[in-house]
Amino acid sequence: MNPARKRTVRLVVALSAAVVLATALIYTSFSAASPALTPSQLVREAQPGRSYELTGTVAKGSVHREGAVLRFAVEDRVGGTAIPLSYTGVVPDPFREGREVIVNVEKQGGRYIGENNSLITKCPSKYKTAPPSENQNS
Amino acid sequence: MGFLIAILTLVVAGVVVLVVGAPLLRARRRGEPGGVPGLRPRTDDDGASSSGYSQEDLEAAREAKYREIRDAELDYRTGKLSREDYEAINADLRGEAIEILNRLGPTGPPSEEAEEEGKLADRPDA
Amino acid sequence: MAGLGFACLVLALVVCAYGIGASLYGVRSGRVEFSESGRRSVYALAGILTVAMVVLEIAFLGNDFAFNTVADTSSRTTPALYRAAAVWSSQEGSLLLWAWLMSLWSSLALFLTRKRMRDVAAYATAILLGFGGFFVGLMVFYANPFATTHPVPPEGVGLDPLLRFPTMMIHPPMLYSGYTLCTIPFAFGMGALLARRVDADWIKAIRRFAFAAWLFLGIGILLGALWSYSELGWGGYWGWDAVENASLMPWLTGTAFLHSLMIQEKRGMLKVWNVSLVLATGTLAIMGTFLVRSGVLNSIHAFGGHTLGVPFVCLIALMIAGSIYLVVSRRDMLRSQHRLDSLISRESIFLANNLVLVGLCFVIFWGTYFPLISEAFTGQEASVGPPWFDRYTVPLALILVLLSGIGPVIAWRRATLANARRNFLIPLGAALGMLLVLEIGGVTQKPLASAMFCCAAFVFGSIGQEFFRGTRARRAMAGERAPLALLALVRRNRRRYGGYIVHIGIAVLFVGVAASSSFQHASQLGLSPGQSTRVGAYEIRYVRPTATVTPKYDAAHTGSTLNLGAVLDVTKHGRHVATLNPSEGFYASEEASQGTVGSLIGGQPVSHVALDVGLTRNVWTAIEPDIEAPALKRIVTDGNSTLPPEEAVVAIAYLARAYLQHPPQAQFNFLVSPLVMWIWIGGLIVFGGALIALWPAPSTVRRRVAARSRARAVRGLARA
Repeated sequence: MNPARKRTVRLVVALSAAVVLATALIYTSFSAASPALTPSQLVREAQPGRSYELTGTVAKGSVHREGAVLRFAVEDRVGGTAIPLSYTGVVPDPFREGREVIVNVEKQGGRYIGENNSLITKCPSKYKTAPPSENQNS
Repeated sequence: MGFLIAILTLVVAGVVVLVVGAPLLRARRRGEPGGVPGLRPRTDDDGASSSGYSQEDLEAAREAKYREIRDAELDYRTGKLSREDYEAINADLRGEAIEILNRLGPTGPPSEEAEEEGKLADRPDA
Repeated sequence: MAGLGFACLVLALVVCAYGIGASLYGVRSGRVEFSESGRRSVYALAGILTVAMVVLEIAFLGNDFAFNTVADTSSRTTPALYRAAAVWSSQEGSLLLWAWLMSLWSSLALFLTRKRMRDVAAYATAILLGFGGFFVGLMVFYANPFATTHPVPPEGVGLDPLLRFPTMMIHPPMLYSGYTLCTIPFAFGMGALLARRVDADWIKAIRRFAFAAWLFLGIGILLGALWSYSELGWGGYWGWDAVENASLMPWLTGTAFLHSLMIQEKRGMLKVWNVSLVLATGTLAIMGTFLVRSGVLNSIHAFGGHTLGVPFVCLIALMIAGSIYLVVSRRDMLRSQHRLDSLISRESIFLANNLVLVGLCFVIFWGTYFPLISEAFTGQEASVGPPWFDRYTVPLALILVLLSGIGPVIAWRRATLANARRNFLIPLGAALGMLLVLEIGGVTQKPLASAMFCCAAFVFGSIGQEFFRGTRARRAMAGERAPLALLALVRRNRRRYGGYIVHIGIAVLFVGVAASSSFQHASQLGLSPGQSTRVGAYEIRYVRPTATVTPKYDAAHTGSTLNLGAVLDVTKHGRHVATLNPSEGFYASEEASQGTVGSLIGGQPVSHVALDVGLTRNVWTAIEPDIEAPALKRIVTDGNSTLPPEEAVVAIAYLARAYLQHPPQAQFNFLVSPLVMWIWIGGLIVFGGALIALWPAPSTVRRRVAARSRARAVRGLARA
């Protein structure tokens, strides 16, 4: 095989390998992903045994700790359906009522169980953008 | 307070204008309308090989080629190359280096300086 | 003074517009005075933004709460050092920091290239000013750091306690320096394409900029991981969070670029690839900046409303479109001059390394942006978690480490196969020896970690052999004693041996990562005083509770009102190892609804982790005291209703005493992680190696070496 042919073969092999890997990657990502749902969506669509990523705000007055288990309810950002769940695992420092959280949950029977160590609380919005301000004198 | 701010703003703006405008003033005073070699407007001629390597490019290429020569020697001395392979690669690299040196300037008979340096080259590294 | 700041921003915008025009006119017409003026615009921009930064810093340090950003993120009780750093804790302030750092680095880069590559530099100037103008424009029209309110509030909200740590102060400037430094190679890459010059001089200049970007970005990433591990309550250093990934991606392409640039230098190949890499790095850096402040992805850092999202998407689209257009239209100029001489050469190892790095970047990119991708294709937003990332990045990382052990053994251009085979003996021996040790130690039940240890052993063997042989060669040539020979060897071959040291550092780092991930012992449970638990080989006993009350206006402290914690006794096989004191700090909040006493401790709590650091393992402990326990809650409500505001702090003291006397069960989090220290040590080694590789040789040495090489070449000609 002359060098040019060898090079083409090498290129084809490398590209094929890349395509195969990329396909594997893409395929598994769709099957391994947890859909992100708000509480109202979760109530409608949750199937038992599947993992979902629940995003919402911690409902006021819903936080109770019972030993190793933390119970709280997550509601839609705009308020409304609040889903109670029990969670075990690390509780991030910023966690409290009214904060936005992301937690992976699974529906078991009629209850929602939070996956271990999956609770993320968003850092309180320091980067809130003030509306263009009129006052610029001092 | 507003007055102070206005003054400070004017000062900053003034400094900026001076810094940014200095080259323009200098050029106008010298009366040079044109450009400088090395900054000629590029015409879209052949794109495959950049015609007219600039001085800077050649010097950079020369430095890089010298480094390659030294790397090859180190490769040989640390046992990665057989003697035959090393000689072949060394000859290739030296040839490429000559090409660059030629483009940089004509090589006449080895100058005194080069002979002196040649003697230096034969001794082990100081 | 806010007026001066805002005026500076407007002036900066004007300067950017002028500079772009002047540079472009100068390069098209050949009138060098305009290009010069354009370059000076960058210097002027740096000066103007410095004034703006000074104004903002003074406002923070002087507690001028008329400034909105000061009122939102600082307070009189925030210690001075954190007040100075609070400047960049807000959206507006961080934009200013970004623009300021970019202008500084750009000024430096343009100053260093002021006498060379005039046309490339002129285009680069225009692009850099374009970035500057974009960020300044964001500030002028969307997020003004100099916005004020009247009447002036008497006190500010205070800096988020989560940020009151030294690492958190250095992390943004370091990371932003990394991000902004990525725009410089981008600009010079675009400039080279526009000026149709991708040659040796460009390579020399852009390598330095890319290296600096790589270095600072790497330090920023590592500092972020260190902060996460030592300050946050989860005991991990990397969570595949969107924002962590966003900073890693340009670092990966930057690493690939540094390697493949060497191939272009030696063989004139891969020009399209290199230019694409450098443009991708800049684009990924801007995407990273965008991710943190757009809220487009759910992430722990995703603050910011969506107001800034649109301008950023436009900028990124423009960068991508421009890059593709330029690369395609200049492809003739970017054709390779040579081909690879042989598959068995260091060049081809570098190529393989590039493929792995780009592959890694693609995996991370896919996983990070998956929520958007899945929404686009299936209408349903879904995300992938750390297990998915690990599944693909770990094998790629293994291959990467292995390649870094193979490379040193292979020569440039074409290696002699017989020699290469012989040179592999020692590294292979090291790897097999490690395998044996692991098998005996029973470690091989964790195959991935074991594989990483063996690969690392391979790397150490390979690079160790290089140092040994190099020193021996030098001694043969110059007759020096071993230690001096080693020093001289490194000094005269900085790039090579500095690079070797970097690779050792990376291997050490991955050993730390592998060990601490695979062999970690974790335990989460509730304990009362006197109880103990077993974690790994250690016994941890909750000895007694601690409670400290700090007066609110103690400026030397980080400002927590109440600190509840525990004294833990850590023993191993009965022998005392450490006494640890984790605690949780409760800060004041401004919410009147919690009552006078409640608001003193109703702010965000911050976990103070207690760590016993060791070379072989870390014992990491965190506590979550039950401040909602009924007895304690009663004290708070009683205090709210009976005590006047000035005496509310008395209830806190009462609370502390109650906690000491009748401590409720507290939740503990224990982690025993082996070899975590080696992650940071590996990082330091990488840093040291990079410095060695970057350090310019003193000019006298360079001249001597150049003279010798020239003489040798000339002699070759004379002989021929």
